[in-house]
Amino acid sequence: MSVRVWIGILWLAFAGLLPGAAGAQGNLDIDTPAIAALRTSMQQRHLQLAPLYASGAVGLAGDGTVALRDASGVPLAQRGQVSNLVAAENADRAALYREIARANGHPEWEADVRRTFAQRWIERAQAGWWVQAGGNWVRK
Amino acid sequence: MSYMKPRRLSRLAGVVVLLLLAGCVTINIYFPAAAAEKAADKIIDEVWQLQDGRRTPRPSEAQPAGQGSNAEGAKP
Repeated sequence: MSVRVWIGILWLAFAGLLPGAAGAQGNLDIDTPAIAALRTSMQQRHLQLAPLYASGAVGLAGDGTVALRDASGVPLAQRGQVSNLVAAENADRAALYREIARANGHPEWEADVRRTFAQRWIERAQAGWWVQAGGNWVRK
Repeated sequence: MSYMKPRRLSRLAGVVVLLLLAGCVTINIYFPAAAAEKAADKIIDEVWQLQDGRRTPRPSEAQPAGQGSNAEGAKP
């Protein structure tokens, strides 16, 4: 058998399997106790974060975190509280991405999970919120 | 008499093994992007409370709430 035939077989093998692997994607497991705790914690914190998103003090960063964007609208006395909120939210988000990758048996997926979330947070942000696009802050 | 020559048969077996191996590697390497998006949306719905009926406060509603917390003098 010539090399060309073998290359053909190899090509068919991979071309045939790629769609199979893509189709085999079911759901990611997001129902572990650790993930559930993070979801609850983030949901509760959102009540305090929502007004900050709306005022532009806090924005959704391109790396799946939230960032203090413009503190000028926040009274001096509350700036510490706001940066604590941002830090706590980012700690939860980092743990969430790590836990989702781990719960699905692929800790190395953490960066991919983070990237996916970063896109979805930004795409689904409400009108008026600030999001990072290509490094620049834009108002949705 | 024989349908396949032994050489050809062994090549066929080789191809089958190759297919199986490639299958294992492929399934383990690729990040399930669509599934991840679905999972992300589910969690975002919950965290931002976007599920039917319950909406995240609109900016017009959220703004006074922010100022309200000023008035309350929420201190750590």
